[in-house]
Amino acid sequence: MTNESTKTAYNARLEEIIARISGGGPEKYHQKLEEQGKLFVRERLGLLFDEGKYVEDGKLANCEADDLPADGVVTATGKINGQTVCVMANDSTVKAGSWGARTVEKIIRIQEIAEKLRVPLLYLVDSAGARITDQLDMFPNRRGAGRIFHNQVRLSGMIPQVCILFGSSAAGGAYIPAFCDVVIMVEGNASMYLGSPRMAEKVIGEKVTLEEMGGARMHCTVSGCGDVLVDNEEQAIVEARRYLSYFPAHYEAPPKLAKAGRVKEGRQLEEIIPEHQNAPFDMYEAIEQLVDENSLFEIKRLFAPEVITTLARIEGRPVGVIANQPKVKGGVLFVDSADKVTKFITLCDAFSIPLLFLADVPGFMIGTKVERQGIIRHGAKLIMAMSSATVPKISVIVRKAYGAGLYAMAGPAFEPDVCIALPTAQIAVMGPEAAVNAVYSNKIEAITDPKERIAFSKEKIEEYKQEIDIYKMASELIIDEIVAPHNLRSVLANRFDYYESKVIARSPRKHPVYPV
Amino acid sequence: MHEVKAAMAGTIFSIEVKVGETITKGQVVIIMESMKMEIPLEAEIDGTVMAINGNEGDFVNEDDVLVTIQS
Repeated sequence: MTNESTKTAYNARLEEIIARISGGGPEKYHQKLEEQGKLFVRERLGLLFDEGKYVEDGKLANCEADDLPADGVVTATGKINGQTVCVMANDSTVKAGSWGARTVEKIIRIQEIAEKLRVPLLYLVDSAGARITDQLDMFPNRRGAGRIFHNQVRLSGMIPQVCILFGSSAAGGAYIPAFCDVVIMVEGNASMYLGSPRMAEKVIGEKVTLEEMGGARMHCTVSGCGDVLVDNEEQAIVEARRYLSYFPAHYEAPPKLAKAGRVKEGRQLEEIIPEHQNAPFDMYEAIEQLVDENSLFEIKRLFAPEVITTLARIEGRPVGVIANQPKVKGGVLFVDSADKVTKFITLCDAFSIPLLFLADVPGFMIGTKVERQGIIRHGAKLIMAMSSATVPKISVIVRKAYGAGLYAMAGPAFEPDVCIALPTAQIAVMGPEAAVNAVYSNKIEAITDPKERIAFSKEKIEEYKQEIDIYKMASELIIDEIVAPHNLRSVLANRFDYYESKVIARSPRKHPVYPV
Repeated sequence: MHEVKAAMAGTIFSIEVKVGETITKGQVVIIMESMKMEIPLEAEIDGTVMAINGNEGDFVNEDDVLVTIQS
C-alpha cells in the first residue's frame, strides 16, 4: 500500500466511526423524538450556537461499544451572541439519555472547562437518570454523579448556569435543573421528579400522571422549580440565548450593556397608578413605562404572580426589577413570593445586575395558614437576600409600603442607594384604616351612635394620613427624593449610571446563617 | 367546567356577575377584599355563569370555589 492509500484507509475508518456516533442511537428512538415534537441533540446544538459551530470533547467515549454513541451525552464549546459558552447535552436516543461512567466523566470535564475559561455553562437535559447496570462505576465515587452537583454548587454565582429541560430529569438527575440559575421548560415534554408515577404507585400507593407529578406546567406554576415555560424546543433555545444576553461571562466581568432603547408607547404612570391605595392596577403596564421596549425577560411569570421578578434594560443597561403586583392577591407577599424574590435577588447580585424595587405592598400575608407555612422565616430569607445584595439598589415607593413590606422592598434601613417616592407613596407600619382600628378599637366600640362612630373613625384616619404624609417623610429625610411619575425613567437611568462604581466590601466571615 | 376560586382568605367585597350571564375570558366576576386590598378575580374562559357560592360580605377561605362557569 502506498502512503496515500494508507492515509485514505485511516481516514475512512475515522469517518465511519464519527458518522456512526454522530447519528446517535437506533432509528426507532429518532422516530420517537419526532412523534414527541423533539429535536435530535445535534440539531439542538446547531440551533443553540452561533452559526451552529462548536467543538466537541469525548465524542469517541465508549466507541468500542456499538450501542453507546458518545455515551449518551454531547459536551461542546462554542459561542452564543459572540460569547464563548460550554454545553452538556443529553442524547435521549442513547439508552434514554441515561448516565454511565463516561457520561458522568464528560459532564464533570465540561464543568471544569467552563470554570477554567470562566464562561457560561448550559445543561440541555433529556435523561432517564443513572444507568443502574453501571451504578458502581458512575454513582458513588469521587468522580461519580455526585461530583456533578458538587461542581454546580461550586460554580454557582461564579459563571451563569442555564438549564433547558427538553425531556425528563429523573431522580438524582433532577438536581441539575435545581442547581441552575434558570430553568427553561418545554411544555408537554419536560418533567422533573424524584420518583416516577410508577414508583410512587408501588412505594406509597399514589396514582398520578407524569404531568401531575412533575410536568413542566406544574413546576412553573406550583413548585417553582421551573422559571420559563415555552411551547416548543426552538422557542426554548431562543429564550436561552436571549437570557444570556443580560449576563456577563463570569462574576467579575462588567455588566453587559446594549444599545439604549425607547419606552413602549402607552399611558403615562400618572394615568396607570390609581391614587386610592386599595384599588388594583396592572404593574406590568407601569414597568413597561420605565424600561426599554421589548427588553423584559421575566423569571417565574406563572409562579407567585403577586410579585413580578424580571430582567429588563433601562437605556440599554440590564437591571433586575422586583415589583409588587396589586392586581394579584393585592400584591401581598406570601411564602412563595419570598422564595421567588430571594432567588432572583441572589441571581442579579451574583452577576452585577443592579436592582430596582417597585413597592406597592400591603405587607406579608397573615393568618394561620401562612404562619404554619413559616411565613416569618420565608420573609426573613427574602430580607436577608435583599440586605446582603451589594449591587446598586434603588427603591421606589410607588404607592403603599406597609410593615415588613417596606423592609422586603429595600426600604431606607436596608441601604438602598436611594429611596425614591412617587407623590402617591404612603409609608407606614400599617394602612390608615387598620391602624385606626388597632389603636382606637375600644373607643370606637364604645360610641353607640353609628353616625358618630363613622365620623370619629374618619377624623382619626385623616389625622393618621397627615402623620404619614410623604412630604413629611421627605422633610424628615426618610426618603431621598419625590419624583413626578413621568420623570421616573430618566431619573432611574441617570442614577444607575452614576452608581456603577459602587463597591461594598464583604464582611469578614464565611457567610451568614441563612434563615431558610 | 371552570371554577373561580378565592385567591386568598378574605371577604367577598362585590359580586360582578349573575347566574346565567354570558361572560368572557378575563372578565372580573368577583372582587374580594383581603389585607385591606380589593382583589379582582377573573374568569379564565368564555362561558356562562352556572353557580355563585356566597354573598357579599361573606368570609371565604383560600381556594373556596366562588363561581362556576360552563364553557
